[in-house]
Amino acid sequence: MTRWRPRLADGTAPVLVVLVVLLVALAFAGPAYSEPAGYLALLKRAAPLVILAIGQYFVVVSGGFDLSVGSLVTAEVVIAARLISGDDGNTAWVIALLLGFGVLVGLVNGLITTKLLVPSFIVTLGMLLVLDGAVFLWTGGAPRGALSPSFRVFGRGSVDLPLLGAVPWSVLILLAVLVAAVLFMRSGTGRTLLAVGDNENAVRLAGGRVERLRLLAFVLSGVLAALAAILLAGFAGVSAQVGQGLEFRAITAVVLGGVLLGGGRGSVVAAAAGALSLEALFSLLNLVGVSGALESAVQGVIIIAAVAYAAHGAGLRQRFRPRKAAPSLP
Amino acid sequence: MSDIPVRLEGITKSFLGVQVLRGVDLELRAGEVHALMGENGAGKSTLLKVLAGVHKPDTGRVLLDGEEVSFSAPRDAQAAGIAIIHQELNLLPHRTVAENVFLGREPVKRGQVDRRAMEAETRRLLEWLGEDGIAADAEVVRLSVAQRQVVEIVKALSTDAKVLAMDEPTAALADHEVELLYDLVKRLRERGMAILYVSHRMREVFDLSQRITVLKDGAFVTCVETAEITSDQLVRHMVGRSLDALYPDRSSAAGEVRLALKNAGNGRVRDVSLEVRAGEIVGLAGLQGSGRSAIARAVWGVQPFTSGVLELDGKPVRIGNPRTAVRKGIGYVTEDRKGEGLALSQSVRDNALLVRRAALRGSAARKHTDLAELLKSVNVVSRGQHQEVRYLSGGNQQKVVLGKWLAVRPRVLVVDEPTRGIDVGAKQAVYRLLRDLAADGMAILMISSELPELIGMSDRIVVMHEGAVAGELPAGASEEAVMGLATGHGIGEVA
Repeated sequence: MTRWRPRLADGTAPVLVVLVVLLVALAFAGPAYSEPAGYLALLKRAAPLVILAIGQYFVVVSGGFDLSVGSLVTAEVVIAARLISGDDGNTAWVIALLLGFGVLVGLVNGLITTKLLVPSFIVTLGMLLVLDGAVFLWTGGAPRGALSPSFRVFGRGSVDLPLLGAVPWSVLILLAVLVAAVLFMRSGTGRTLLAVGDNENAVRLAGGRVERLRLLAFVLSGVLAALAAILLAGFAGVSAQVGQGLEFRAITAVVLGGVLLGGGRGSVVAAAAGALSLEALFSLLNLVGVSGALESAVQGVIIIAAVAYAAHGAGLRQRFRPRKAAPSLP
Repeated sequence: MSDIPVRLEGITKSFLGVQVLRGVDLELRAGEVHALMGENGAGKSTLLKVLAGVHKPDTGRVLLDGEEVSFSAPRDAQAAGIAIIHQELNLLPHRTVAENVFLGREPVKRGQVDRRAMEAETRRLLEWLGEDGIAADAEVVRLSVAQRQVVEIVKALSTDAKVLAMDEPTAALADHEVELLYDLVKRLRERGMAILYVSHRMREVFDLSQRITVLKDGAFVTCVETAEITSDQLVRHMVGRSLDALYPDRSSAAGEVRLALKNAGNGRVRDVSLEVRAGEIVGLAGLQGSGRSAIARAVWGVQPFTSGVLELDGKPVRIGNPRTAVRKGIGYVTEDRKGEGLALSQSVRDNALLVRRAALRGSAARKHTDLAELLKSVNVVSRGQHQEVRYLSGGNQQKVVLGKWLAVRPRVLVVDEPTRGIDVGAKQAVYRLLRDLAADGMAILMISSELPELIGMSDRIVVMHEGAVAGELPAGASEEAVMGLATGHGIGEVA
């Protein structure tokens, strides 16, 4: 083993700077952020998106997209309300079922991508539409049933910890997911997943099981989407629109974190920081009185700007480190 | 036009404070092939780019026909009659030869591209070159690599280039295509062109060039008449020291048979029988397409054998995919380092551990490896384990590839073109390493299209011809003997 030292993966620094700037700006913008409780609330609000972004990270870094997570969140929430019907006795098995459904959707996405060789962009776009349609068919637009108080506690409740006081469950869950994700990405399997996004031929010829790793990424994304749905349902309640647009928000977050679309580059911490930055930005805009209707426009600008920045950065690197042929003569 | 169409004087260039060129002089005469040599990182490519107008020199002068010029873009250099043929060809595959030649400069007649004029001019130039086997209206995708190179040259000629710079033009060519390129270069020279020829291959330089300029660490070392220098002297100029023994001494006697093929075959090769013993380096020779690499890829499980027997340590095994191969103790250093060997955006560390992590399970995967020790043993020079491999030189990248295999301690190692595109210093390091591994008891099967290297390294040489074994030669066989078998003539019939 080499000596451990904290090391920022390539491209992590910019998003951390953005995040810090936003957090400081929040403190100036609103009295709610004059004490830790405000930031804790932000973290609680951001938890579902950060978890989704972590799941999306696995897929993106291995060279794919998962567009199905938004619809999956909606489907999970609607299913939860219907099956629990307000009864606390149903909470435990329904949660298990929800996580299982997330795994299933991930498996389907992954198997179609790896076995039928359909690009993940198309597979998960199809899955998005399928889930959307199924939810609409099942609910007729208005979800029935209700969540139980013991289910909602994960999204809205807190737990009293010694020294720290009341800490939201969702923040604890988020931290657990983040730590697990970081450990995974430091493991041999995680490093190999990253290498798949970079050069899958090299991994295959090194004896790696490329298809299985890709499949794993989709399953992780699916199960994390289920988890995000549980937190979001508890926090925001049941609606048929709860997951709308979350897939693009998660991808924006990942890109903002400097993760290269196409795979092979970027850290999971940066993806999480990207999601938190996005949430902080929306809070800030809200505080300074910008209409919530502008959120998606802002998101659009961010995703383009982040990718442009990444491309520009790569261009600069290339210019200073000539390694291949010069541009062709016209 | 003077006899010296191009003269570079005291060119310096630095990037981000790193001095890449330190006062380089270069003079090209009309009607000469001028070789530019130096190790990787010596500054050859940068100098080429200064000539091509891609980089502006920090100091120094570029003189064309005795007049100082300053290029601010590649277009200026092109207009001044300088054309560069890059290693990676820049052609549009689905357009015709003529369309590529006139790309961006199409002749226009009544508002329409004048296809006829374009093709006529292309045909004229092809004929002038003696390459009338290429049709002006053929799609580029249907041409061989060598023919595409001709198209690039025609493109240069069509802009009235007087100076042609070629960057490792033979790197992508098959052996027989190299001969064709030789003829072409000679013809261009006879017609008064000044040709700057960048190559790592000694033989090409001695066959083709009239003068040689050597760079080392960005500085001008010498410019000599080719006729007045030996290859040993040239190597000494390039590396700054003598490489008296480029190939290490052959070591002890061979041990047990590690890898044996018995009448093995698949779609690409047939009836192949050969043995590789512990402690032995067996060379696999043959022309491109003779089945050399097909054997390597079959042993490796990429395109498995469909008939015959493959034995490891005397036991028949079936290897259907690379994963099985790794687990049975076989390593494979691919000839395509960037495409198949490395994940370029990952660190030295992650690449060196890739095989272990990807293929091994459980206790074998967790077993402790001293990575620092491993990287030292293969002599990787990097800014630490966390540097991305794409920033390493070709030689160091190759050492990382070797390292990733050594991390799983294979008992049989197949190396396909282990020194392709790396400089002479790194080559020597790779040779030493392979010999040391053999001395440690590894069985090594080595494929190379560079005959001196294959002969210098191998304890035995198996020669392939059209998918079958043509014969086996002992250590120190002559190039003629190998070529004789490889071309199907028998030993010694080809000079």
